[in-house]
Amino acid sequence: LLACFLADPAPVSAGLGFLTTPDPGVPAFFWLVSLLLSSLVWFISVQISNKESAAQQKGLLIFGVVLSVLLQETFRFGYYKLLKKANEGLLTLSQEETMPISIRQLAYVSGLGFGFMSGAFSVVNILADSAGPGTIGIHGDSQHYFLSSAFMTMAIILLHMFWGVVFFDACEKRCWWAVGLVVIVHLLVSCLTFQNPDYTATLVPAYVILFGMGVWAFYTAGGSLRNLKLCLTCKDKDFLLSNHRPR
Amino acid sequence: SNNSVTLLVISSCSGRPAMKICVSSNSVGNKIYINLNETFPCVRLLNATHQIGCQSSFAGDVGVVHLLESEENLDWVLGSGPNPPYMVILESTLFTRPIMMKLKHGSQRVAGVVVVEPTTNPPDGFSPHTSCPNENTGVYSESYGPSYAHCNVTVWNPLGTGLSYEEFDFPIFSMKDSNDTEVLRRCYREHNRAVNGSTPQYPLCAMQLFSHMSAVRDTATCMRRSEIPFSLTPEEVCDPLGDENVWASTKPLNNTAKGHKEGESVVIAAAKMDSRSFFFDVAPGADGTATGLVALLAAANALRNATAELNRTILYTFFHGETFDYIGSSRMVYDMENNQFALDLDNVHSILEVGQVALGSNSRLWLHSDPVSRRNSSVNVEVRLYSPHSRSTSIYPNVTQPLPPSSLQRFLRARPIPGVVIENHQASFTNKYYQSIFDNAESLQLNYSPNLTAEEQLEFVTDAAKNLTEVATAVARGLYLQAGGHPAGMNAVQADSRLVSKMLYTFLVRGKNSWSEQLVSPELASQLKDRPTNFYIGVHQQMSEPRFMVQTILANLTGTIVNVTKENCQKQKEDEEDLYYYQWVQGPLRPNSTERDSFCVRSGVRRFAAKSPAFVLREYTS
Repeated sequence: LLACFLADPAPVSAGLGFLTTPDPGVPAFFWLVSLLLSSLVWFISVQISNKESAAQQKGLLIFGVVLSVLLQETFRFGYYKLLKKANEGLLTLSQEETMPISIRQLAYVSGLGFGFMSGAFSVVNILADSAGPGTIGIHGDSQHYFLSSAFMTMAIILLHMFWGVVFFDACEKRCWWAVGLVVIVHLLVSCLTFQNPDYTATLVPAYVILFGMGVWAFYTAGGSLRNLKLCLTCKDKDFLLSNHRPR
Repeated sequence: SNNSVTLLVISSCSGRPAMKICVSSNSVGNKIYINLNETFPCVRLLNATHQIGCQSSFAGDVGVVHLLESEENLDWVLGSGPNPPYMVILESTLFTRPIMMKLKHGSQRVAGVVVVEPTTNPPDGFSPHTSCPNENTGVYSESYGPSYAHCNVTVWNPLGTGLSYEEFDFPIFSMKDSNDTEVLRRCYREHNRAVNGSTPQYPLCAMQLFSHMSAVRDTATCMRRSEIPFSLTPEEVCDPLGDENVWASTKPLNNTAKGHKEGESVVIAAAKMDSRSFFFDVAPGADGTATGLVALLAAANALRNATAELNRTILYTFFHGETFDYIGSSRMVYDMENNQFALDLDNVHSILEVGQVALGSNSRLWLHSDPVSRRNSSVNVEVRLYSPHSRSTSIYPNVTQPLPPSSLQRFLRARPIPGVVIENHQASFTNKYYQSIFDNAESLQLNYSPNLTAEEQLEFVTDAAKNLTEVATAVARGLYLQAGGHPAGMNAVQADSRLVSKMLYTFLVRGKNSWSEQLVSPELASQLKDRPTNFYIGVHQQMSEPRFMVQTILANLTGTIVNVTKENCQKQKEDEEDLYYYQWVQGPLRPNSTERDSFCVRSGVRRFAAKSPAFVLREYTS
């Protein structure tokens, strides 16, 4: 795709259009591929494992989750690299001196795409089952299953957005410790779900982490308390001015 | 808002010939629903004027579970309960007419009914059939013996509540009393029970029943809807009940030449081979059907070597669908009148029918005949010839009563033919479970010691089998005399008690056993079921179990073994189709092997359609 853009100047404008109107569908697709790969590995390992042993199955589940997280982060990094390459390619083609696309915007969109896809996958099966005339509880399970699934999914979507912003920024600044921290936090949140059905033990830490990541992402994206106050009272001149883009 | 309801799911999607299997196999679904197995629905049936049976909504009916404790407790369901509609769970003692009628009239608050099937038969009897079976399709009417019509003289089935012939607009299912029922009761106790006058709060235990029926109104309407000519893919919304009747003759009759056969005078030996109950596809029919069937089969076997001495032919006929207004016999009479059968009514000399013949310690056999036709002296003489002799069973002719419901009545509608019906009751039925799920091996006291293996049970001759053997011998000797056999040769005619015992075991305990496996052809061996026979006639596209088994057993009991190869057996089937029926039979297992000694059996066993003549004439309103 990139080679074509570089070789043939005609579709460059189309390519520019594609890259300047950020589309969360592309990062969503990347997330899907990462899920596909991790589920393939999990499926094969389940087939060759001992299906009777509950301990082994639980171990496999943990392994599957960890692998999936690692693969997602790898694909996030891969998407970052792809965007960098596209950006550099466009830079050589265009006459402008500044970067045509804001990496921050793309970071946000990538996080959003990952978050949407992850959220959709988490919630669609549960939604389908909730559509019948019954609800959870006939075997004594907690009734808050649907509600806590919904809240957890929302937390994960927002977290993906914040991770996207922090991750891309850390990659730009070559802050590898920050990248590692994002991965570790992702692992932590995923492993929190093993505490289900103790929903308080899962949701409360998840929301604490969400708040923390939210603050981190806010500062990484250039926000500050002063900006926040100005934005909320609609007096932020920089924001109003920056919306006039040179044609 | 807060209306969350936990569900117990009965998914037995049925009603049309093909039963769908509803499966939910994901983990979230398993936290919400429990599928209940071993359930039997009540389905909708139509006749010329009415629809009967049960119906559910298109997507199934959901209701809050309520275990009915007594008839007074119905008030909770019908009036005071705060969370209608309710799914009423009935123990079988409460499945009575008064309760069901109250539920029927309160149907806005009733989502459905589940009846728990007990493990033993109710001692007081139970019959959901009408008290006067086949009231309008027999011979007695305003124009023929009006004083006998509508059970004026004798109510044949006094225990009959008529529930099977009521119409319900909610689903009714039956559940076996097993682990699933325990789960249901516990769910009710934990969530739904009103304790000390408090109202139970959501979430509540609920149930969904699905048994949507496509047919409505009556047969004519349904057939019209099934035959809409403008559609490319016409959808059948109902199917005619039907199957095949089975017949065999002691002398080969040309089946291709239909109509009157010059010089033939035939004694028809008849029995019925179907039964029903309130629920779909459950019809154990022990006393009601199996006893007569087995007695006639054993009699046919007893006479197999005596056929040369007879100057009249005996036609063993097994009618299907007699429970539903004489489907089989009405079709045979129609075919005979229209020259569609190998014989016609002029060829029929007399009819001997075997009805319910289970003998307990106090019962004896009774010969029933039609008082109206016997006023004609020639008919009277023929009937009086019957007095079969046998060792201990006493048989008394009975002159003051009309015929009980029997296939003979359909023949009498055509012309006065001499005939008797052999039954075990003098007036009303002694069968306390007529056409119900309880007319099973237990009601016949067919007791096998639990220590015996299946093989040993097959060979063991119970008392019920011994009694039935005496009946079979009596029937065989009666037929022998009626067909012109010499009285001196009568004592040689004797039914085999081991054969009777095996047949009773096959029909009432387990259809698939070493004896029945020897008799079937290899392709149909999988049709043998590992449970009691289901005598329900079903729809005409599907082979019914009793017909398959009767045809197989009759071929083996009345046929002869022919020494030909399998290919020739098939070939001869096609060549000599007029006179004989060839069947390749699996035969016995070789010792210490899975191979069988198969052979070819030649018999005179035939089948012909047992579907009401209304479907041939396309007149559904009579």
